[in-house]
Amino acid sequence: MRIGIDVGGTNTDAALMDGMTVLGACKTPTTSDVSSGISKVLRDVLSLTGVAVSEIKAVMIGTTHFTNAVVERKRLLEVAAIRLGLPATKGLPPMTDWPNDLATTLGRHTFMVRGGHEFDGREISPLDEKEILRIAGEIKARGLKTASITSVFSPVTPIMEQRAAEILHNEVPDLSISLSHEVGRVGFLERENATIMNACLADLSTKVVSSFRQALKDLSIEAPFFISQNDGTLMTPDYVARYPVLTFASGPTNSMRGAALLAGEKEAMVVDIGGTTSDVGMLMQGFPRESAVAVDIGGVRTNFRMPDVLAIGLGGGSIIRDDGLRIGPDSVGYEITSKALVFGGDTLTTTDIVVAAGLEDIGDRSRVAHIPASTINNALDTMHRMVDEAVDRMKTSADPLPVILVGGGSILVSRDLPSASRVIRPENASVANAIGAAIAQVGGEIDRIFSLEGTSRDVVLAGAKAEATERATKAGADPASVKIVDIEEVPLAYLPGSATRIRVKAVGDLVMD
Amino acid sequence: MITHITLDDLEDLALGAAVLGTGGGGDPYIGKLFARAAIEEHGPVRLLSLEEVPDAVRVLTCGAMGAPTILIEKIASGDEMGLAFDTYEAHTGTKVEAVMPFEAGGINSTIPVMIAAKRGLPLVDADGMGRAFPQLEMETFNVYGVPASPVAIADEQGNTGIIQTDTAAKAEWIARGITIRMGGQAYIANYGMDGETARRVSVPGTVSLAIGIGRTLREARENHKDMIQALIDFFATTHYEEARIVGSGKITDVQRRMENGWSVGIATIEPFGGGTPMQIRIQNENLVVEQGEDVLAVVPDLICLLDVDTAEPILTERLRYGQRVNILAVRVPPIMRTPEALAVFGPKAFGLKHEYRGLGLDA
Repeated sequence: MRIGIDVGGTNTDAALMDGMTVLGACKTPTTSDVSSGISKVLRDVLSLTGVAVSEIKAVMIGTTHFTNAVVERKRLLEVAAIRLGLPATKGLPPMTDWPNDLATTLGRHTFMVRGGHEFDGREISPLDEKEILRIAGEIKARGLKTASITSVFSPVTPIMEQRAAEILHNEVPDLSISLSHEVGRVGFLERENATIMNACLADLSTKVVSSFRQALKDLSIEAPFFISQNDGTLMTPDYVARYPVLTFASGPTNSMRGAALLAGEKEAMVVDIGGTTSDVGMLMQGFPRESAVAVDIGGVRTNFRMPDVLAIGLGGGSIIRDDGLRIGPDSVGYEITSKALVFGGDTLTTTDIVVAAGLEDIGDRSRVAHIPASTINNALDTMHRMVDEAVDRMKTSADPLPVILVGGGSILVSRDLPSASRVIRPENASVANAIGAAIAQVGGEIDRIFSLEGTSRDVVLAGAKAEATERATKAGADPASVKIVDIEEVPLAYLPGSATRIRVKAVGDLVMD
Repeated sequence: MITHITLDDLEDLALGAAVLGTGGGGDPYIGKLFARAAIEEHGPVRLLSLEEVPDAVRVLTCGAMGAPTILIEKIASGDEMGLAFDTYEAHTGTKVEAVMPFEAGGINSTIPVMIAAKRGLPLVDADGMGRAFPQLEMETFNVYGVPASPVAIADEQGNTGIIQTDTAAKAEWIARGITIRMGGQAYIANYGMDGETARRVSVPGTVSLAIGIGRTLREARENHKDMIQALIDFFATTHYEEARIVGSGKITDVQRRMENGWSVGIATIEPFGGGTPMQIRIQNENLVVEQGEDVLAVVPDLICLLDVDTAEPILTERLRYGQRVNILAVRVPPIMRTPEALAVFGPKAFGLKHEYRGLGLDA
């Protein structure tokens, strides 16, 4: 049995799972020390289900803690941002396009050094080791605790980042070091940004991971624990302590994967309807489809593997206009309990419509009795059309897909959707995040530009698959269960036949005794 | 009239250049950062219309060559283009007095702004493509008799070359080979000419056109006006004249395959409200849009896919099922529609069987 925990900004949720069955789920407010909230929710879920601690084989934790720290500019360290690539990259120094307040918080300790590689693995320049030694001296002199190292084309070959780290480590043994090839993919500035952000979280990540550890120890849970990362796969605690940035997008990923499990579907659209917006995302082989465009975190451009989610302005508090022909995008939001008609307010919202239509019994029904039938019908039509269009928009083919509805606003959808083969409303949807964490698998990925000179496309593709599989196995996946779930191949435009960019992702089940 | 390019113009320029990129030409984000850094350090860039360029002024055109995927990883040193200019000047024994983009679409719109700022030179408000094209010979400069050679080429490591050959197509072929050896990204300065020639052989006003496109879209968005209509109205005031939505709908299929080393794609668009689907053929850029037997627009006319809600131009590599798009077609100006021009960058130059017919013109 395993327990999934979601540590959110507001609530800490837990779900206890036996295989793919939810035995019980609990919710408690998140505490400032994190660990006491986790202890409480663990105790609650164990007593609710009557399961003994000894039966727990693994604990999986998902958290938005690190994302929030960057967004709020809190508890961040100053960073030595080191770049290997000169003479390339000189024109745009590290943190060029950053919000001023965040760059200042991190101290703007930027260093550019000779080094880096070409797309085919040749050196741009040999690594300037003397300069790395000089920077080590600067780091000591400035009292910095953490450094990031980003080398040009390190996703092709990481050796310079590793060598520079080795030198720094010898000189400044206590320095925490983040290497870009561990963090991101091709796309230099975005990867460097992510690596710098990772480095500034070094202190917080150590503390948070040890508070997780403490919480489990308090309950005498000796099972291994894991933390879920952006793509919905698991990392070991030691790895998260070093690479917290890889958890940045785990929230939406876990929510979608949890919804998939609850609905028993692997190819489906998840519609999460909240108070103000609905988030629509697609599951392919049980994983969210990832976004191809740059994602801003705290105002910084990154290229994380975020789920591709479309947000539309429809929620339980959305405001109705034009006799129901126009809905949102504005919403009464959290003030719904005072502003919606059924709660004694004066604003006509989507929730009022479903009550007036007799579909739900919320608040004071008599307060919506005066709404004309035409308005009710128009509004219901509009809501369903909005959801249907969003679903259709996110699909990758014209075939109808199951639609899984989650979130408090899912009461808005009462009819079938033309874009959907069927509409599913699973139980326990409010703890989908924790469930998504609990069922997470272990993955391995490569994303690299392969030169085609002296080799063939088939050979490099086979090599890429083997390497992704090996990475998944190394990360703790049962080799027999590892499958390739995603292959993307993009020939380099404007350089016909010379090189191709290949991304392969493999996942497998966690080995458990 | 725009007399100087300032920091405030760069967002508009990048957005307009993405529209002129017709789906290709690379994401102008990094080029914008370079132009911004150069203007911050050296001040605004003076923009000269073709009419203002003195006859004897020596103009050099420039841009980057290579794969956008490499450009986003091996960030430029910022010195490459200056080195290409130095190499060109040393080889020819002349001093360059004005800069002109050779490509108005995509990332190559911003690189000349950077070098003009750094060298304190004016930028000529014109280019040789009037949009984005994939190859160096697809230039009005070439069409109207300016030799592509000598080509100065440089990379971030200080490697340089001069290519001297007899045709623009050979210059393209050799330069692209060198670009691969330079790590997949190189900076090019060529098509040197005097002001009088530039006036005769260039597509006028395309730098301010790009800024105008970006500004029109931004202002329409800020004022909650119809962005597409604003854009069509704006084109009507320029020498491109004719722009229209040739179709709107939902992308229902995107196929990509390799042909002779190029990535070729077909996007299918189902019209809102039904009817015959439209198909767009893509080879780096959008080449032709057809509906059944009808050809709605064909290269060199611009075919831009704009998001129905945001009017953001969509790059071909980001096309996918479900996107709602307006297909905006724009007729290129007369200098790009002559038989000589069409021989170089008309449908046949891309291996298409179509006859060119300018948008809104009779056969």
